Order: sequence, then C-alpha cells, then structure tokens
Amino acid sequence: MTTTTKDHAELADIFNKDEERVDWHDETLWWIRAKRDKSVHQLPEWEALREAASNIKFNVLSNLDTYLTAFEAAAKANGITVHWAADAQEHNQIVHGLLTENKVTQMVKSKSMLTEECHLNDYLATHGIEVIDSDLGERIVQLAGEAPSHIVLPCIHKKKEEIGDLFHMYLGTPSNMSDPQFLTETARGSLRETFLTRKVALTGVNFAVAETGEFVVCTNEGNADMGAHLADVHIACMGIEKLIPKREHLGVFLRLLTRSATGQPITTYSSHFSKPRAGQQMHLVLVDNGRSVQLGRKDFRNSLKCIRCGACMNTCPVYRRSGGHSYHTAVAGPIGSILAPNLDMKKYADLPFASTLCGSCSNVCPVKIDIHDQLYKWRQVLVKEGYAPTGKKIAMQVMAATLASPTLYHAAGKMGRATIKYAPFAVNNKLNPWYKQRDMPESPKESFGEWYGKNRSKK
Amino acid sequence: MSSRDTILAAVASNKPEAMPIPDIEPFKHIGYDDVLAQYETVLTAIGGAVHRVSNWDEIKTIVKEKYDSQHVRVLSLVPELDEVATSAYEINPAAHQLADVELAVIKAHFGVAENGSVWVTEELLGHRAVPFICQHLAAVITADNMVDTMHRAYMRIADTQYGWGAFIAGPSKTADIEQSLVLGAHGPRSMTVFVLDQQN
Repeated sequence: MTTTTKDHAELADIFNKDEERVDWHDETLWWIRAKRDKSVHQLPEWEALREAASNIKFNVLSNLDTYLTAFEAAAKANGITVHWAADAQEHNQIVHGLLTENKVTQMVKSKSMLTEECHLNDYLATHGIEVIDSDLGERIVQLAGEAPSHIVLPCIHKKKEEIGDLFHMYLGTPSNMSDPQFLTETARGSLRETFLTRKVALTGVNFAVAETGEFVVCTNEGNADMGAHLADVHIACMGIEKLIPKREHLGVFLRLLTRSATGQPITTYSSHFSKPRAGQQMHLVLVDNGRSVQLGRKDFRNSLKCIRCGACMNTCPVYRRSGGHSYHTAVAGPIGSILAPNLDMKKYADLPFASTLCGSCSNVCPVKIDIHDQLYKWRQVLVKEGYAPTGKKIAMQVMAATLASPTLYHAAGKMGRATIKYAPFAVNNKLNPWYKQRDMPESPKESFGEWYGKNRSKK
Repeated sequence: MSSRDTILAAVASNKPEAMPIPDIEPFKHIGYDDVLAQYETVLTAIGGAVHRVSNWDEIKTIVKEKYDSQHVRVLSLVPELDEVATSAYEINPAAHQLADVELAVIKAHFGVAENGSVWVTEELLGHRAVPFICQHLAAVITADNMVDTMHRAYMRIADTQYGWGAFIAGPSKTADIEQSLVLGAHGPRSMTVFVLDQQN
C-alpha cells in the first residue's frame, strides 16, 4: 500500500506479532519453493535455459528501442491500437479515456502487476468506474480492501477462514464456510456473471514478440481469456521491458516461467493474442514509468530482465517471515526492492536493507538477475545519496570512528565485554534489535589482542 | 515531444552496448524416448485425462457414457463427432450463447509432451471463448502430432498466422485459497485429450 509512512521493519513487526501465522506463511512459501526445485530438476538443460534467457534479455535491453518500434509496427499491422505512456499517470489516463470513449463504467480485469504499480483501480474509482479483479486471489484481496501481497499468489497471506468471512460479507455465502472448493465455486459463479456482462476487459502481458506484434498472457484460471474473449474491447497493458525478439524465444521463457513460479510445467493457458477478433477492439498500452531510467543505471538495469515469476520471494527468508505488505510497493520481495528505489529513492530507501544478502534469490532467478548483488549496490547508492535511516547513519559514523582508532577500538571492546558480564540487562532488552528472538552471546574473558599480547608477541 | 518519442529517445540513449541473440538451436534437439508416454504422464499429473483411442467410434462411446447430449448441451467442433453433440448448434455463434455448454469437443493442432498442453488456434474453435466458457473440455489430436518440447512446438508453429492461439494444459485451476488445488476456477472443470493412434 502506498499511503503508509511505516518502513519495512516497522511493517514486518506488525506481521510478526502473530508468530503462528508467520510460521505458516514461511512454510507455505517454502513448500512452493520446494515444488519449484522438484520441477526444475526434471530438466537437465535447466541451467543452459537460464543462461539463454538471461542472454536473450541482454539482447532485448541493448536493442530495446529497435524492438519497440518493430513491435509497434507489427502490432498495428495486426489491427491492434498501440498507445504509449511515459508514466503511471498517463497510463491511467489512457485506460480511462478508452473507457469513456466506449461509455463504460464497469470493467473486468485480470491480473496485471503493472496496473497495481500504476494504482489504476484507485484512479478509476475516483472517476466513478468500477473495476472487478477476476483472478481469484486478486478478487479476494480486492474484497478485503488490500493490495496483493505476492505477484503470483496475491492472497498468500490470508487464511481460508478469513476468506470465508469476506465471502460471507460480500458474496452471500453462509457464515463460517472455509472450504476452498466451496469458496472457489462461489467466486466462479459470481465472476461468470461479471464476464458475461462487461464490455471492456483489461489484461496484463507476460511476453510481447517484437517480430510478430503478438503478446502472450499466462493464467491458470483462464480469467484473462474469459474477460478478453467475451468483451467488445480488450485493453492490454505492459511495461516496455516485456518484449522478446522472436516467437521462437517464447519456447525458452514459457519453459522457465511457471516452473520457477509454482513448479508447474506450464500455466494452464498460455494465450497468444495477435489480432482482435472480428468486431472487437484491441488496445495495447506500452508503459515506461521509470524503466528507461533504470535501463541507464548500469548496476541495476539487469532487474529489467525480470519475468515476474515470484521465485525470489518464495525463497527469500526475509519475505517469508515479514509478509509481502511489509514492502509497501506493488512488487514485493527481493526483485521489488530493486525496482522500487528506481521509482522513488526516498520512499523506498528501506527496501534494499530488507534482505540478508544470502543470495538464494539470485540462485533461483530464471533469468539470472544478480538480485542480491544489486541489493548490496543499492545500499551503497542510498547511503551515499543520504537516504539511509538516521539511526543507521549515526551508528555507522560511530562504528567508522571506532574502527579508525586502535585506542577507541580496544576501549570499546573492553567496555562491551564488561557490560555483557556485569550488566547484561543493558544489552538484553527490547532496545537492542539483536536481542530480538535470540540471546546475546556470553563475552570472552579477554580479547584476541590481549591473548596474543600475553602468549605470542614476545617470541 | 509525444510520449512515444520521449520513451524511445530515453531508451536509445540509456541502452547498453549491443549484445547478440544467443543460439537456442541446441534446445531444439532435446527429446523424449517415448513422447506419448511422457505426454500422458504429465497431463495426468496436472489434472487432465488422456485416452488413447484407435478410431472415432471409441471416442463417441466414451463421450456418450458421460454426456447425454439430449439433456446437457454438447458442442462439437469436430465433424467426425457430430453425432455425440446436441443438434441445432450453429457454427460461430455469439460467445454469450455458449454460456450453457456442458462439454465442448475441439480439435487441436498438436500436443506437447513436456507439459501436457495442446496448441489450438481460433479457426479450430468457431469462437475464441469456446475452450473457456464450457464446463468441460475435450480435445482430439492424432498420435503423430506430438512434439517433445516447447522449442519443437514453436518450430511447428513457425511463422504461421493466427489471430489468437493458445497452449491449453489441463482444466482451469486455482490454488489461491491456502494453496488448496481446486479444478474449475473460471473455465472448464475437466480436460480430456483423445489421442488417435491412426490418421482418420
């Protein structure tokens, strides 16, 4: 959510109050990570595929302007109307304009993290347009008045009982119904009605092919297709980085995407939209919103290779135990923590610090983004630019002074050891973040320096 | 300057040095010893059903056992199977008139062994909404139309033209509620693929 002024650590604290839920969240995501492992180990060529995907994306980034114009020309020749949006505001205006033109006040939407990034639903709501999200997980968080907490599993943070309560309140199910089968059936019925009555459907885009002007949308539920095929107007919104050169490269990316995301061999539906169907309008909105700036940041441009599989979130020990909402940005987790500071360094200065830098994210990334290295690099940029939290800034200054002076360093060491020994309450308390969920170590009797002085230096 | 030109100019000035497209040729040579067995295993694992059949009559029998076209609407886009379908079905109807279809039977171009999918394009469907709006979906492919991987799938598709096409792998599904797998999210609750072992 964007209105928050709390940072990641404070938001994580709120999530961490319910320890049982944290454990459950942690285990669920790890289970999905394990499914990913099982699935990728069935392909001996997995590493070669990742390498190829990464290099294809390098090629895309290094020719992005050419590919964008080629794509635009091909898409237009196919009968698709192409729009360009420099930022979120313009994107929202374009979509709103299309709705106004078609005299429509209701729209059905399938999952698109880009529209989350642009806060399209809020924008349209203020203009009197009702948007119904059709992905089940997104519909659930929409009913709850929340943003998705995960890019692939939007309501992964919710228990089925809570979902049952939401459905009871908004969809008229009996109270205390929490059976997933029953709840899904209810949503199916309700959304079917929506699909059959909406004139305009909006979808995201997973891949767009420069060579052919077609774009591919992947879902398991079939909601993007139900929306697009039943509507008179199909609006598809994509970030400019979603391009790939040729149709044959879809083979590489479709093999990687879902195995990385959920461990499935492919999504149930991988839909290739090339031309509008007879009588239908098809619009495609190409959105920059900071991507061209990120392209110019050498250390961070690799993040534009991201295909939004969510593998880095599922494996991240911080994400799993702090929850997606603690990242207060549309794309949570490790990759989101790289993308967000590009949009607003001040607002998202906390996010690159929300990582252990363990490297697990980089290890599972299907397009080999050096995620943990980039997080480390962002920290340096943010500190240099003056965006580090004040507490951290002061601590770092004290630390630098102490490490620069042998006298200070020895004195501080002695003081520390004495404190832990004689006044443990001074460190074993809530003011010390290191004390959270762990005991402080016992202090040694002497420092290594003192021991060395006694035993070795005289030789 | 228009947003289009602004974006393109920013991209042009910020893009890195040119990098070549990698060679993906080696992937095109990866295959399975028994593609049909692989297809069957994968589609079954993701919630679909496979029937290997040797003629159209076998398919008719299986369909008739489960779907009584006198009482539920069965839509066939496969002329050879018209007798299992509810009569008075019009080709290329408005999508909204398809809302009560219980079973839709379609042809597919080919199957992909690595993921259990079939490739369909709109000419096979009458309307793009057909494989989504029905309660159950059945697809027919011939056994010789089976490729190993997605790389070979795109070799088959090559530069053919289509307005819309899709890989469909099993029934519509969701696991959004506490990761419990539920079949039939918005689209079909089941998917059956008939693999005809001879060209008919």
